[in-house]
Amino acid sequence: MTDSGEGHAAPPDPATDEEAGEIRAADLGRWLREFARLVRANRDLLTALDSAIGDADHGLNLDRGMTAVVIELDAAPRISSPATLLRTAGMTLVRTVGGASGPLYGTLLMRMAAACSAPTLSAEELAIGLRAGLDGVTARGRARPGEKTLLDALEPACAALDSALAEGTSLGVALHAARAAADAGRDATTAMVARKGRASYLGERSVGHQDPGATSMALLVTAAATSLGEPADSATAGAPGSD
Amino acid sequence: MKKLVNDPAELVTDALRGMAAAHPRLRVDLASKVVVRADAPTPGRVALVSGGGSGHEPLHAGFVGPGMLDAACAGEVFTSPVPDQILAATTAVDGGAGVLYVVKNYTGDVMNFEMAAEFAADAGIEVASVLVDDDVAVQDSTWTAGRRGVGGTLLVEKLAGAAAARGRSLAEVADLARRVNAAVRSMGVALTSCTVPAVGHPTFDLPEDQMEIGIGIHGEPGRHRVPLAPGREVAAMLVEPILADLDLTGAPVILFLNGMGATPLIELYVMYHEVAALLSAAGVQVVRNLVGPYVTSLDMAGCSVTLLRADDELVQLWDAPVDTPALRWGV
Repeated sequence: MTDSGEGHAAPPDPATDEEAGEIRAADLGRWLREFARLVRANRDLLTALDSAIGDADHGLNLDRGMTAVVIELDAAPRISSPATLLRTAGMTLVRTVGGASGPLYGTLLMRMAAACSAPTLSAEELAIGLRAGLDGVTARGRARPGEKTLLDALEPACAALDSALAEGTSLGVALHAARAAADAGRDATTAMVARKGRASYLGERSVGHQDPGATSMALLVTAAATSLGEPADSATAGAPGSD
Repeated sequence: MKKLVNDPAELVTDALRGMAAAHPRLRVDLASKVVVRADAPTPGRVALVSGGGSGHEPLHAGFVGPGMLDAACAGEVFTSPVPDQILAATTAVDGGAGVLYVVKNYTGDVMNFEMAAEFAADAGIEVASVLVDDDVAVQDSTWTAGRRGVGGTLLVEKLAGAAAARGRSLAEVADLARRVNAAVRSMGVALTSCTVPAVGHPTFDLPEDQMEIGIGIHGEPGRHRVPLAPGREVAAMLVEPILADLDLTGAPVILFLNGMGATPLIELYVMYHEVAALLSAAGVQVVRNLVGPYVTSLDMAGCSVTLLRADDELVQLWDAPVDTPALRWGV
């Protein structure tokens, strides 16, 4: 999956001049690599959370998928359009993860790709892309926030990102706000009754357990904050927050 | 964990290698983890494709053959297959009359088969899907992902496969599959958890003196946990929720007593006796049965009861010839 042609007669890259807020494909690649690293580091935690209310495979499956994404990124180092990179990663996840996570994470990235056609993205374009991904995941999973799913981390992250950018903050500050919102949304899933996915079969017994999907989604937002945003003072990378 | 495996990461592939070696009438694609009838496609006949996470053997690949499935897609253990696999199976078996997907109602399976159906439509292949959701343990479908597909899947695949073999159209086979699903109910119990080999320890803790009522087939915990009880009491805990959900009197009934993987046949027959006695007392007329481990959950101990409110046509389709690794009669 190389987009050859772009690598040769590449136009001057407008983003190489340290323009604030310009996000290139390579930056998105760093984001996904950081996510892959966090998934690997938290693989056993994600699987343990899933064994409490699901079927004990979330960490294994997502790690397999993100490992495949990193291999794809390594094989195509010259992907220079955000859309191509996001679509490649999304298709790879759909192809390799299985379960519900594959279609959901894959749809997230593929819908982001469809909404991110510019050669470099502004902070606002990134937020619009993430929101398009959220809409895609909502439709694919037929879920709403509050049902103890990954939407409970993703939806507040999108909302926080949008509102921070609307207030004129920098991308870095906005992404750290999104990260805090995702973490809080993830933590809030512990008290929720699962309404979707296998955890829903437990009914009230799902209360008291943090949702594994919201946990991995919070890692995706953390990865964005640490790889796309400027380092924030108190940011500690990779803390999954589940004691 | 004591398992007869080489590398747990290669478990599914190694098992498919074994299926290929044992059953030359199957074509096993190890790269895409798809098992297809060696003589596929059959021109002009509707084809059936199913699949799901591995760990339920013989479901689904053991049901590939004349009179049942044309292809099965094997996902990782307890993980849905991916759209690429399902599309590969679809392309391999399409004989021009369309393809029916038999999908167990789990979030992941539903989404992956849905994406595959979209890809197949783009490729010009007519696909219909039927969701199997026979598990009465999931009571409040408004607030859950819906009832799960468990033992009833076997009956849907057998009866729809027989209908396809009789040359019925895609719409007719899909209608029949939905009719079977609407008339079949299941309820299961676990005495132990299962152990996913790649994880290495039991999926949930179940004390020695407890059992879990209303389990699914993926090692997910059930609805409630009760003290271990004699077989006749367990039988009542399985049969009563089914009878409360569906009137089974006044029709021929097919009873499928399924083992979850680690429970020996001698115990399944104990349970069959108790279940049959309860049904007889309730005025339910069992005309056909199946006893054995067919829709399993790795090494889980326990069993499930599946009851189909049939009619003369469905009984005839049940009796129709089937020639697969796991089910074989009339041939």
